Amino acid sequence: MTANWDRQGFGEGEPEKHPAVAAIRNDFPSSILEVESSCGQVWAAVTPANVVEILTFLKNNQELQFDFLSDLTAIHWPERPGAEFEIVYQLYSTSKHLRFRLKVPLKEGQEVETASDVWQTADWLEREVYDMFGIRFEGHPDQRRILNPDGFEGHPLRKEFPLQGRVRW
Amino acid sequence: MSKKPTSVYKGPGPKEANVVLTSASTVMNWAQRSSLWPLTFGLACCAIEMISAAAARYDMARFGWEVFRASPRQADLMIVAGTVTNKMAPVVKKLYDQMAEPKWVIAMGSCATCGGIFQTYSVVPGVSHILPVDVYIPGCPPRPEALIHGIMTLQMKIDGQVNFAAQPRRIEPGYRGPNKEEAV
Repeated sequence: MTANWDRQGFGEGEPEKHPAVAAIRNDFPSSILEVESSCGQVWAAVTPANVVEILTFLKNNQELQFDFLSDLTAIHWPERPGAEFEIVYQLYSTSKHLRFRLKVPLKEGQEVETASDVWQTADWLEREVYDMFGIRFEGHPDQRRILNPDGFEGHPLRKEFPLQGRVRW
Repeated sequence: MSKKPTSVYKGPGPKEANVVLTSASTVMNWAQRSSLWPLTFGLACCAIEMISAAAARYDMARFGWEVFRASPRQADLMIVAGTVTNKMAPVVKKLYDQMAEPKWVIAMGSCATCGGIFQTYSVVPGVSHILPVDVYIPGCPPRPEALIHGIMTLQMKIDGQVNFAAQPRRIEPGYRGPNKEEAV
């Protein structure tokens, strides 16, 4: 039995068929930086300026109804000057059975608006991103570490963080 | 007229039957080692083996260790079953401090012994850095037989106590609390 990666029908090279891409292209044409698909999974990169506006739109659009933020995480790209970080929003629509990935490239030290007003679950997920990468979220209700102890120094998932930690064994 | 036998042995009298001579330490050690009450907590997969040791197949109750206490005030034995993270370390230490003397600690499995495979920023490299450990049980995770053997080893250690007191134990030197940064 082979895995059917293309269950939703948005195959390699056809990301524009995804309804979310079409909707963002229609309503936020200047925000889209890049649209790609891989293994039948579609993602779009957008500018950080109005990302919450786009997320709210994706949630409230009747054709999409992305009512579930299944994950919010980040990636560190130290070799990419000017866009060292990337926040990734994994969206799922329980009523339409649709998945969509939104990426937001960020500079070192740049803040992005919190999505916790759109989905409450973003509160803790953004705390985790802050804990692991040091990315701060503008307007976050409780920007503390969530996994590491409060006195912890550094952000472990940054590439410059030593692999085995800073505590001598 | 039949002759009455001059003496018939009737066994020891009530007084003699109830006298046993021993040392006070032996009695205290016997009492302490025969009803070790472990504290109910597990930190990782080792806890599953600990649960298995307590459940029907291995049945720790046979040895008198069956009462897993939900309160540290009522427990004698702390089985550190699993990975101790830097975030959890103060909690484990507090639970140990809340236990009444006499008390013993068993480090169960590789993680509690030395940090195991987790040579990372988040894991305490062995619970001996925060607690005085009496018995180390190797394994990842150790089987229930190994845990039972470990507790029996602790019983032998308790049998060696003198003057009703546990031997002085030490905390490994060199640990300065979680996340004290050093020059990398």
